[in-house]
Amino acid sequence: MEMFLMSFTVFVLAIFVGFEVITKIPPTLHTPLMSGSNAISGITLVGAIVSTGTELWITTVLGFLSVVLATINVVGGFMVTNRMLAMFKKKS
Amino acid sequence: MFDFIIHISYLVASVLFIFGLKGLTHPRTAVRGNLLGACGMLLAVVVTLTDRHIVSYEYIILGLVVGGAIGAVLAMRIEMTSMPEMVALLNGFGGAASIFVAGAALIESSSLTDAPILQLTIATAASGLIGGVTFWGSLVAFGKLKGLISENAILFSGQQVINSILAVLVLGLSIGVVLNPESFSLYWLLVGVASVLGILLVLPIGGADMPVVVALLNSYSGLAAAATGFVLSNNVLIITGSLVGASGIILTHIMCKAMNRSLTNVLFGVMGPSGEGGPTADEVYGGKVKSASPEEVALLFEAARRVAIVPGYGMAVSQAQHPVASLAALLESRGTTVEYAIHPVAGRMPGHMNVLLAEADVPYESLKDMDEINQTIDQVDVALVIGANDVVNPLARTDPSSPLAGMPIIDVDKAKTVVVIKRSLSPGFAGIPNPLFALDNSLMLFGDGKKMVLDIIAALKDA
Repeated sequence: MEMFLMSFTVFVLAIFVGFEVITKIPPTLHTPLMSGSNAISGITLVGAIVSTGTELWITTVLGFLSVVLATINVVGGFMVTNRMLAMFKKKS
Repeated sequence: MFDFIIHISYLVASVLFIFGLKGLTHPRTAVRGNLLGACGMLLAVVVTLTDRHIVSYEYIILGLVVGGAIGAVLAMRIEMTSMPEMVALLNGFGGAASIFVAGAALIESSSLTDAPILQLTIATAASGLIGGVTFWGSLVAFGKLKGLISENAILFSGQQVINSILAVLVLGLSIGVVLNPESFSLYWLLVGVASVLGILLVLPIGGADMPVVVALLNSYSGLAAAATGFVLSNNVLIITGSLVGASGIILTHIMCKAMNRSLTNVLFGVMGPSGEGGPTADEVYGGKVKSASPEEVALLFEAARRVAIVPGYGMAVSQAQHPVASLAALLESRGTTVEYAIHPVAGRMPGHMNVLLAEADVPYESLKDMDEINQTIDQVDVALVIGANDVVNPLARTDPSSPLAGMPIIDVDKAKTVVVIKRSLSPGFAGIPNPLFALDNSLMLFGDGKKMVLDIIAALKDA
């Protein structure tokens, strides 16, 4: 129970931080925001890595699948966001 | 000691993600922000590899290589016009990853301890449920955006009833998973039913409502990650998932507001007042629509001092962003001020038009929000509408019985002259005629967006 309360506190506070930061992002950057947030939600990767490395074969299989999917999110997300953001230029 | 370093590193990664998102508040700092986020991710992954529970590395490395290669190829090859599909796909993968990680954690915990704690089982059920809806919902959204599935709203009788039954079933199965965590088949059954629910929830949603759906699924993919964070009691997942969840919710809210529709309206395919009994196309257009040639439009542009370009999804379809940017550059070289007026729901995802125009080297200062341009739209000499329809329909302001009633629009009808590039007088997504096309100050330029803009440029250069 104590562990849950700790986690829940973190969850609620993080949502507030998210609202504060994200409401300030201008509409021009909303597409990169979505692809960038895809990239960071690939953080599931850290859980996937641990599952893959364990001894049970079944969790290794499940872990492997999620490592692949989450890595697509991370690598694809950061790279495509970078590609888009590099196109936003000031008036020369 | 290792655990301590891992936890501190996760904290640093979370902070880097927050700074990364903060960087996105301005195009100038955005590239650096994205890099900060990537550094955070690298740190989190590297310290995770030192986790003492890991006994073998072959499959981890294989997975990282395969996923990394697929991700890199996708990111490099995707066309900017196809960004909505890419984001839909990535949302789905995020959801699916959560399903598998939570599933693996459930199996592991049962094999290690006598009974998994309540937090783990509840969060596992939540991961499976949200992940299933997100993955399959995103695949349907992807199919619709790509044109593999009809973009129209697919409606059948009893849809609401079936969805309600599925929702009850999903909740029942979730409780089942919590009470009997050792029967894994219940978990996979839950994922299965949630998947069907995800498909059925997105199928009835039409093309122009896609921005809302993509934003909402983005939020779900974050919530799925957060739920997985509760499964693993891992703060970096909880923090990151909440950030993404909040981001998606905010975008969803902005999109709904820009269409003056509630989220339930969009999700259940309700279009506001039906518009039955509204004026028919013949009544609105009869004899009043003036068609112009590219040469006539070029003359208008020559005399104009201030021009506003209003792009819509049609610009993306005809890949007209590059010619549009050349036209703007040509006009600016002649001393005309050119701005772009961008409606929040123009295109198929939030910010879609902005990315396309940025690709065509339009400086970001020229991209104006709806509210900003509307304040001075009466001083615009020529408003050029290309591939947009419902977002410039004045009925939204004037006719309370219209399906668009109350939706904020770009008030191009108040500009001195309006030029609309469109293939025909066919209605937009809302299915109603647009009186803008019949106004005294409106000219229609019938044809393909890209070709018409190129013709205007040619005419301007000849003159």
